Amino acid sequence: MANFLQYLVSGFSTGSIYALVALGLALIYRSTRILNFAHGDISTAGTFFAFMLIGLELPFAVTFVLALLFGAGLAMAFYFCVLIPAQRRDANQLSQIILTLGLGLILQGLVAYFGGTEPQSFPFPLSDTATYTFGAVIISHLSLGTIGVSLLVCVLLYILVQKTRLGLAMRGTSENLPAAQTMGIPTRQILALSWGLAALLGVLAGIFLAPTFLLDPFFMLEPFLKGFAAAILGGLNSLPGAIVGGIILGVSESLAGGYISVAFKNTLAFLIIILVLLVRPEGLLGKEFIERV
Amino acid sequence: MDLIESYKEELQLIRKTWTRIWVGALLLCLLLLPWLAPEHITYIVTIIFIYSIGVQGQNLLIGYTGQISFGQAGFLAIGAFTFGHLNQFGVPWPLGLLLAGLAAGIFGILVGFPSLRLKGPYLAIVTMGFGIAVYQIFVNSEMLSGGRMGLMINQLSPPFDMPSVTFNYYFNFLIALVFTLLSYNIISSYMGRAFIAIRDNDIAAEVIGVNLTHYKLLSFAISSFYTGIQGGLFGLLLGYLEPNMFTFMESITLFVAVIIGGLASIEGSIMGAAFVILVPQLFSEYKEMVPVVFGVTILLVLIFEPLGLNGRWLKMRLYFRNWPFR
Repeated sequence: MANFLQYLVSGFSTGSIYALVALGLALIYRSTRILNFAHGDISTAGTFFAFMLIGLELPFAVTFVLALLFGAGLAMAFYFCVLIPAQRRDANQLSQIILTLGLGLILQGLVAYFGGTEPQSFPFPLSDTATYTFGAVIISHLSLGTIGVSLLVCVLLYILVQKTRLGLAMRGTSENLPAAQTMGIPTRQILALSWGLAALLGVLAGIFLAPTFLLDPFFMLEPFLKGFAAAILGGLNSLPGAIVGGIILGVSESLAGGYISVAFKNTLAFLIIILVLLVRPEGLLGKEFIERV
Repeated sequence: MDLIESYKEELQLIRKTWTRIWVGALLLCLLLLPWLAPEHITYIVTIIFIYSIGVQGQNLLIGYTGQISFGQAGFLAIGAFTFGHLNQFGVPWPLGLLLAGLAAGIFGILVGFPSLRLKGPYLAIVTMGFGIAVYQIFVNSEMLSGGRMGLMINQLSPPFDMPSVTFNYYFNFLIALVFTLLSYNIISSYMGRAFIAIRDNDIAAEVIGVNLTHYKLLSFAISSFYTGIQGGLFGLLLGYLEPNMFTFMESITLFVAVIIGGLASIEGSIMGAAFVILVPQLFSEYKEMVPVVFGVTILLVLIFEPLGLNGRWLKMRLYFRNWPFR
């Protein structure tokens, strides 16, 4: 029982990271119908930027904020400088997805060139090894911080999307783009904001993951794919779905790693993707009409 | 760009005398290359031949049928390791190669099943999941991957004291030529037209009488058959295999080759294969920059020339044909 609780808690902690990644993917997918294949690489770039700033001995809070803004700026620049010109030339949905793939390749190469491919350890104020003990469950400061920050972000995002005028504009834009334009919503700015927000969430996940992994240009690849799986599990166009999917994936991975085998743990996410898409392509909480041919 | 007046003309591979002469000259150059060029160039061109087979298969799937796949590395791994294990049992290479292609083709049909229900982005994710799952299975299973040292493959011994580089060049040139002719024939047959119809509008294709289930699966099977053959040939050329040759990056490289070469064109596939092989060679001192070059090229191609290198090539030909008019 104690083991079970322990697995549950550690699964919850990784799951909340997956949820952050999945939220970013879902945020972009629901407003633009684009799968962002560059999401992982934008997060990696942001985390490396943070690493570089730490090297300059800036206080951590400043570094943190600057890195988040850097990621957001990168995504917005991509939206304005690449996606919009492509849309003006009638790029279809698929080629926009491939454009994000191109951006991912570029960032991956640049990070490897400037950051180096050697794994480095990422200094972080919360410790990975110092722990609290609650009854039989042991939890590290870092995991607790991760869970706390993810919950905070989810609440803030909920308030932003559901309670503010900006959120209303975002929802309107994702619901029906031409109608939103007719109502005078500056859809281009709103979409750019969605891209920025999504990248910000990605960088946040990257910074909280970096202390557990070693920092190298490919460290976000696996969490990114897992976040993908989580977003699909919950339904790609649903924000609550992304959170639920992330937590379910994290917990089930942790349980599979504990009770079945560690090697199986990594394949689980991809089995989940294939199963969900075959049985219920719209995901657990998604509402989307899927055309069957 | 030409006016085609009869079905017989449509079936012709090359319609003009001058094109025949150009193609003949090109083939002659390729035949003479091992004697004129230094050894490492011959080797690189050999790899381009092998790669062009897989890229053509991928193009039949993406360019002609309009189904997306990010899991080609999985088929590549299945083909290569099937060939490797059969080679260890002493199976002769033609049979081994055929079985490698068939094994990959069978998995292609399995992966094709989701394509009957899913479209666009969702299909991309399923195939991506497949490619990564296959890679992880090969990494985790020493029985399949041949252990830590990798799987050794007995290379072919060249006849009549030919240097092995020259022999490999002609061997792969011949096989690539056979597959190129095969792809041309596929796209000008009923099958190819069915693929194109599915790409352009699947409901209309179904109404006209194209069996969607049949032809979508067939497209996946053919594409992965090509990729499996590529895997087998690659193993035969290198003489050993290890799972790390078949990461997600390999799927991306094949995909990039199709996009940059040009969707729905066989010549484009060959140009794309040449591009993705030559760029890492040219940038061998800045290895990290290779993905950057790929990425920038993708952005440029998709924004300015959606038909890829082949589109640019066609425009150049048209310009010179009509010169001095435009």
